[in-house]
Amino acid sequence: MRKELSDACQKLKIPVGEPNQNLYNGSFTIEGGNFNCAGIVSTSIKSILQKLGIPGDLVRKAAIVSYEAEINVVSYAKKAVVNLMVVPGSVNIEVIDEGPGIPNIELAMQEGWSTADQRIREMGFGAGMGLCNIKNYSDEFHISSEIGKGTHLKMIIQTP
Amino acid sequence: MKIEDLVQALQLEVKCGKDYLNREVTGGYTGDLLSDVMGNAREGYIWITRQVHQNIVAVASLKELAGIILINSCQPAPDTLEKAEAEKIPVMVSGLPAFEISGQIYNLLTLAG
Repeated sequence: MRKELSDACQKLKIPVGEPNQNLYNGSFTIEGGNFNCAGIVSTSIKSILQKLGIPGDLVRKAAIVSYEAEINVVSYAKKAVVNLMVVPGSVNIEVIDEGPGIPNIELAMQEGWSTADQRIREMGFGAGMGLCNIKNYSDEFHISSEIGKGTHLKMIIQTP
Repeated sequence: MKIEDLVQALQLEVKCGKDYLNREVTGGYTGDLLSDVMGNAREGYIWITRQVHQNIVAVASLKELAGIILINSCQPAPDTLEKAEAEKIPVMVSGLPAFEISGQIYNLLTLAG
């Protein structure tokens, strides 16, 4: 039964968890444009991972990538859903936003490239480092985007 | 070296987080770009900046920084203090510019070994 489940999950690319291990699967929403609430979702993710007993350095990596993604949503998108899935071996964070999308992902991934306006820059955001931080601090990073619809990020951090 | 040692040596004005000044400072980072600090500061560092809005608290808290020093007598926004107190992040103010306060902290931390 377990083997069948594992095969089915592999087909669907769902990570398989040990049945008795402490896993987490939950979603959060981020409201675009609201800098006063920026960081709330990342803080929740951090505290969930701490409670699950994930090692501190990996919790901090997850906090960094989720914060940068959260700031991008607040800066550019209307809203986003964040899915956090913790399975044995990895922390999976997915951010799916409704926003303008990124016309040129290669360019957006370049350090220093930013389309942030003056208001965002004055707060110290929009330095063109967010996506680089996400890439550098996650073990696996996928980004896709559709103009006029939104951007989809997936970050995986491996755990022992 | 603890935060309270820096407060005393550099005559910093403590704006909030008085209960957490016995935290150990393992290093420092100076910068006003939040993603720069997010990417390059390390846990236990003291952060020297002139940003005063509440988002600096989230960065310090998520990165587990020791505390924040505002330069040039910049005053933290009221909601920054409120949030910093809740997140247990000490916020201090120095009258010195970033270059000078960073240099002094560097010397103190280096001499302290």
